[in-house]
Amino acid sequence: MTPNPNNESRRSHGWMGIHRGHKARPGEWLAEKFIFLVSLSAILMVLLIFLFVAREALPVFFGQTNTALVQKPIPPDEMDKHSAAELEAYLEITPDQLAKLPKSTLRTMMDIKVEAQNDIPEDFRNDPDASINTTEWKYLIAPHKWTDYDKPEYIWQPVGQIKKFNIIPLIVGTLKVTLIGLLFAVPLAVGAAIYVSQLARPRVREILKPAIELLSGIPSVVVGFFALLVMATVLQSIFHYQTRLNAFVAGLALGFAVIPVIFSIAEDALTSVPRAYTQAALALGASRWQTAWQIVLPAALPGVFAAAVLGFGRAIGETMIVLMVCSASVLSWSVFDSARSITTTIAAEMAEAVSGGPHYRILFMLGALLFAATFVSNMIGDFVIHRFKNKLEGKR
Amino acid sequence: MNTLTPSEYLPEKTSDTTRLTRHFRAEKFDFWSFFFSGLTGLATLFILGILATILLNIIVNGWSAISWHFVSTIPKKDFFDANTTGVLPMIVGTSFRVIVMTIFVIPVGVITAIYLTEYAANTSIITRIIRAAVNNLAGVPSIVFGLFGLGFFINFIGKNMDALLHNPTAVWGQPALIWASLTLAVMTLPVVIVATEESLKAIPPGLREASLALGATKLETILKIVLPQALPGIMTGGILAVSRAAGEVAPILFTGVAYYMASLPAHLSDQFMDLGYHIFVLSTQSPNIEQTRPILYATVLVLLMLTFALNIVAILIRARVRKKLRALG
Amino acid sequence: MAETLIAPTAATNPANAAASLIEIENLSLYYGATKALKNISVKLEEKLVTAFIGPSGCGKSTLLRCLNRMNDLIDNVRIEGLMKIGGHDIYAADVDVIELRKRVGMVFQKSNPFPKSIYENVAYGLRLHGVKNKSDLDARIEQSLQQSALWDEVKDRLHSSALGLSGGQQQRLCIARAIAIKPEIILMDEPASALDPIATTRVEDLILDLKKEFTIVIVTHNMQQAARISDQTAFFYLGELIEFGATGKIFTNPAQKRTEDYVSGRFG
Repeated sequence: MTPNPNNESRRSHGWMGIHRGHKARPGEWLAEKFIFLVSLSAILMVLLIFLFVAREALPVFFGQTNTALVQKPIPPDEMDKHSAAELEAYLEITPDQLAKLPKSTLRTMMDIKVEAQNDIPEDFRNDPDASINTTEWKYLIAPHKWTDYDKPEYIWQPVGQIKKFNIIPLIVGTLKVTLIGLLFAVPLAVGAAIYVSQLARPRVREILKPAIELLSGIPSVVVGFFALLVMATVLQSIFHYQTRLNAFVAGLALGFAVIPVIFSIAEDALTSVPRAYTQAALALGASRWQTAWQIVLPAALPGVFAAAVLGFGRAIGETMIVLMVCSASVLSWSVFDSARSITTTIAAEMAEAVSGGPHYRILFMLGALLFAATFVSNMIGDFVIHRFKNKLEGKR
Repeated sequence: MNTLTPSEYLPEKTSDTTRLTRHFRAEKFDFWSFFFSGLTGLATLFILGILATILLNIIVNGWSAISWHFVSTIPKKDFFDANTTGVLPMIVGTSFRVIVMTIFVIPVGVITAIYLTEYAANTSIITRIIRAAVNNLAGVPSIVFGLFGLGFFINFIGKNMDALLHNPTAVWGQPALIWASLTLAVMTLPVVIVATEESLKAIPPGLREASLALGATKLETILKIVLPQALPGIMTGGILAVSRAAGEVAPILFTGVAYYMASLPAHLSDQFMDLGYHIFVLSTQSPNIEQTRPILYATVLVLLMLTFALNIVAILIRARVRKKLRALG
Repeated sequence: MAETLIAPTAATNPANAAASLIEIENLSLYYGATKALKNISVKLEEKLVTAFIGPSGCGKSTLLRCLNRMNDLIDNVRIEGLMKIGGHDIYAADVDVIELRKRVGMVFQKSNPFPKSIYENVAYGLRLHGVKNKSDLDARIEQSLQQSALWDEVKDRLHSSALGLSGGQQQRLCIARAIAIKPEIILMDEPASALDPIATTRVEDLILDLKKEFTIVIVTHNMQQAARISDQTAFFYLGELIEFGATGKIFTNPAQKRTEDYVSGRFG
């Protein structure tokens, strides 16, 4: 900066002080960077969740797990003839372990493997199922005609000699329970949202809204408990079905849990429709209901749709309710049969799954699937709400 | 000449709607309007009815079973026996995990909210990604958090800590209170961020300008003017997070909860018993559900009292903050 | 420190007559793509009250906020041209905005006392700038409250909330808060627009009084107010500076037709 020749008085010295630059405040600068870094933690967490759930499930995706009971034994002497990848799969160890373990240990492990193969009972050895790796995608998704079954079936049966990991029954179970829950919750929650936002008097609204939101304060384990002890009995005496604990009871209980979610979002969407619309309609002589039905609801429809989508995301992720109310993993579309959802399976079976084993990996794979499903439904829901709000505010 | 008196052309204040309806619209009673208004009202009533039924059922059945002995006793291994059992370790365990969680989640959540409202430009890509991440985190199923806790905290961080510290047996590489708390902290992060952000936005921009115009730095303005004002909102966020976490069972299933422990948790690497998990155990694994019923109800009531007391406080504070926000336009 | 550096006025120091305290040369400001200020050039003198007048949206407040760089807080604002205070380009890369704002104080349209006590409101700025000692603080606070003609009204309740004061008192407290840190320039953005006539008079008297010590730039909607208190007046219209000159001349004998229309109340 070139000093102005006219400005050599004391005044210019006074204003010199402003030329301190940003470097004058290193603390401020540091704090700003720190705050920025911390604010990235939400992004970091989403990435870590994805990374670490997927990491444990990775061997399933790459076909590195093997559950076949009968395997073609590799004689220890032929160890060097096989590639590292083959040995890893055969001994069920990681490349890291393979590199670190001494040769002698590897040899012992292979000896044990051969002995274990010899110990398999004769009748199993002749069973074609015993030589199947049930963690291959073919067996995870498509039906298979197992020995002693008449036709190809979808079976999830992670315990026993031959472990069957078909995930279709779990997906069907999840969808069944979720759809029952949504069929119950969406009409109720949206109806209540219309009533509270459009028809109720302000004084009443101030009471109703927090009261309904209070429902979200009930932990899902308590809803599950209530469904198990009270609802199941009451509903059975009304509908006279066979299985006391079934997808119907679980679905209704699930509905309780998602009602506050759907209600809050739908109510918000309905309230954010500009008052000018409603007043214009009322001024034209429409009744309150006609205004709500013909003006407000169509305008808020994207928001209400988003509420249902986000409710869906919440419902498929709900664990404790379904875990407590029903558990059998049969494939059935019947509402009054039991059902087992993905979340329930993970919660119930993780404790008995051997850490790092095929069952453990597949449970993580299910978790990754669930994460992906809720991620997508959240993205859709948020996107729709965002567009809806922007449109109301006249932005593109 | 026809003259109209005011009462003829102005509807009376008290009955303006009925008069208008009668006068201007067809004289028939609008059945559908009545029907659908009634239907939505019924939906509202039905939801409230469910809420009331659940609460009353639990309060009526649980109240008689709660006693001082019940909440202050460490039970023996057979905790299904209604006469000798207690829930002290569960109350301690749940409180402990929630407190540790709060210590982690509040600073991170508040700082993120400060960045989003005070520093970030609303249109920048990074802000949008952070907001999308926060929204997504809020929607991740709780059981997936459990898997994450197991895969990341226990199998990755814990095991590596054990390796670094040369622990002969697993100390950190196993389910523990700290891992359960951290898992819950990740889960409740969005709750704290959203509540704090809401309260930061409720502070009049004029206060920030006044402080900055006096030559305060941004940080000084935030610390001395903004944060003290936002305190109620931050508290609401904390309370909501606590009440949400207190009732959650799925995320702690694999990360720290124990079926039974003879003593109270004393160390961050200990496992713990938990109210919510105990409800699950009592209701699904009891040898005789009729005998277990009273203590089951009592346990549920204890958990509900804990979460509801917190929820009501949070709702009250939030209502006040929202009113302020609306007053600002 | 700042008080020892207060320079003699231009009138008493002929060597400095050519250099004005605030020099704005060809300044343009954009909000995104919109040009909100168009090539403004003006020089404002020390120890005078300058009024910015013009209809709403003419850019007068925007220009005022350029003087202590409050516009930095808004995303998407871009500035071209030169703005010098005391001969120094305040938009130069090495300028510390914090230091600048300490020297260029500001009073806002809506009174915005902190939700603290009266005492703490004035003490806030002082503490920021290193006055820690209790007796120094007390003295400076009393002095600035005296100067803003608020002392007699609040001396018995210094430690009660500032939000309990009336609108006019709150605005005078904001002025006290601004002058406590001894800035050299005070910017006032329609300081009396939200006040009743009596409170307005008090604030106007205060401004005339403060003129002895501070350079004041005031934005106002109220033509009579501009005529009463200012020495120079600048008239803005649609982001342009239409006319600038001695207040008396602007109000009685404006050179421009648009200025005449505005000051005579034909539009605006």
